[in-house]
Amino acid sequence: MATVQIDNTTFQLLHFTLQWADNALINGHRLSEWCGHGPVLEQDIALSNIALDHIGQARSLYQYAASICNNFDSEIRQQLFASTALNQKISKGELIDEDDLAYLRDAWDFRNTLLVEQPNSDWAFTVARSFYFDTFNFFWLSSLQSSSDSVIAAIAEKSLKEVNYHLRWSSEWIIRLGDGTMESHQRIQDALNDRWSFTGELFQPTEADIAMLSMGVGVDLSRIKQQWLDRIHAVLNEATLIMPTSVWMQEGGKQTRHSEHLGYLLAEMQFMQRAYPNMQW
Amino acid sequence: MTTKSFQEHFDNQIENEVSIEPRDWMPDDYRKTLIRQISQHAHSEIVGMLPEGNWITRAPSLRRKCVLLAKVQDEGGHGLYLYSAAETLGISRDEMIEQLHSGKAKYSSIFNYPTITWADMGAIGWLVDGAAIMNQVPLCRTSYGPYARAMVRVCKEESFHQRQGYEIMMTLANGTEVQKKMAQDALNRWWWPSIMMFGPSDADSPHTAQSMKWRIKRFSNDELRQKFIDVTVEQAKLIGLTVPDPNLKWNEETGHFDFGEINWDEFWNVVKGNGPCNKERLQARQKAWNEGAWVREAAIAHAQKSKLKAAKNNKQKSETA
Ligand SMILES: [Fe+2]
Ligand SMILES: [Fe+2]
Repeated sequence: MATVQIDNTTFQLLHFTLQWADNALINGHRLSEWCGHGPVLEQDIALSNIALDHIGQARSLYQYAASICNNFDSEIRQQLFASTALNQKISKGELIDEDDLAYLRDAWDFRNTLLVEQPNSDWAFTVARSFYFDTFNFFWLSSLQSSSDSVIAAIAEKSLKEVNYHLRWSSEWIIRLGDGTMESHQRIQDALNDRWSFTGELFQPTEADIAMLSMGVGVDLSRIKQQWLDRIHAVLNEATLIMPTSVWMQEGGKQTRHSEHLGYLLAEMQFMQRAYPNMQW
Repeated sequence: MTTKSFQEHFDNQIENEVSIEPRDWMPDDYRKTLIRQISQHAHSEIVGMLPEGNWITRAPSLRRKCVLLAKVQDEGGHGLYLYSAAETLGISRDEMIEQLHSGKAKYSSIFNYPTITWADMGAIGWLVDGAAIMNQVPLCRTSYGPYARAMVRVCKEESFHQRQGYEIMMTLANGTEVQKKMAQDALNRWWWPSIMMFGPSDADSPHTAQSMKWRIKRFSNDELRQKFIDVTVEQAKLIGLTVPDPNLKWNEETGHFDFGEINWDEFWNVVKGNGPCNKERLQARQKAWNEGAWVREAAIAHAQKSKLKAAKNNKQKSETA
């Protein structure tokens, strides 16, 4: 099959939307793993709430991404993803939907950051991951509210209301654990140090980030990096915790090169759609 | 007032359907019975999160994932209302949880059965939440006020869960061959445990008579079970599924379905701890609780420090004022 020239802007918009959607889905999925296993009932409920918000955001974003995919010519649509199952659908002329994007792509088509796919480990590691991500998400969405793409601006505005609460939740836990007992102080400091190396990637612009910024759709990541650092610093200070210092940063997720963890997560999440394909649930 | 007049006053309240409130005098056995029943109910909500929680990470679509997650979260909320209601009787949540973990307190045996396929999410919502509603709607008028009020909130959500579960079953029953098979298989496995949820037959239920006298209970186990069977058999028919009971037959005379012998041997064994998942369920709860100990300690320590700090600040303010 001859390669057809793809409209680059739309292609980048698709990747940009998927980056964001995949972050929301994978983070929400990870948090949902806590349901029924939290340290105290109220927190079990709070985490489920936050997980629901993320999966809800992912759904809106996948719907948008699917509509972008469906607008491409069919020849181009078959070149968008590596997934055989997805391409079979497309080659039959079917339109794809939110579930196809969530359940039929393999890890090498996912564009989330490495941070969100890291395992929950324990309460401290979960809180550390959420704190880094929620803070990022807050500034990311704040900026996207004025996106020139009206769908993106609307999703950002709606999500920001939820993420305000997420950020308060994770910041309060950082303070609670930092200020709590010697044990909790040590555990959250260790978790923050450990997860730190996954935060650099949040601000590493991809081709899609750059293209979308130049069109007024995206976010200036270098600007929100400073806001992010300031906020992290202020909260850690209040929590009597130390800002991690390691400089080496892991990256690759946004470029679809993932850690081993994502494959297992997807194997579990996509199991039904893989074992019983092409059915209504 | 003497104990006798206290008792008379209590009896009058029960007789006249005036709800008993936490500050009212109540017989010790009434209090004990309520603590046992409400805490058992709360534990059932919490342990009940586990079999369904299993499938949150494997739900077949994003919509189903959200609905299931919200449902399991609701059950946690029910646990919360019920623990609070029980606390008004003078027992702490920690004590109740301790009783669950030591095996002293029970929870509904239904949650000791495994969730093997996605269809089990349908069967549980439809049958287990359905049976829970039959049990719980009368409890909205139970004699102890805080329990009755908690149940009003719980019942609203349970009927929502029941409809969602039935809708999952309906979707499967209208689906492909393998989906139909999955739905039937789930009904086959969950039917008998669900009708056992109403507890032993009236003849073998030692607490029933007293609980009915105290108006904690309003209907007997067998009455509620019959009501559930009558309703549910029709719902199964409507979506083309077969209830796995060869002796099930409409009885013109009684206006109810006759049904086959319940395997009470299985029932008592699961109660005693021999169900397929008793150990896993309890271990999962103990693990969550033990691994969360340092988190709860930290939260308490931080709260105390914050309180001290606030008190100190207030003192300084009033001194400088
Ligand atoms: Fe419930
Ligand atoms: Fe329920």
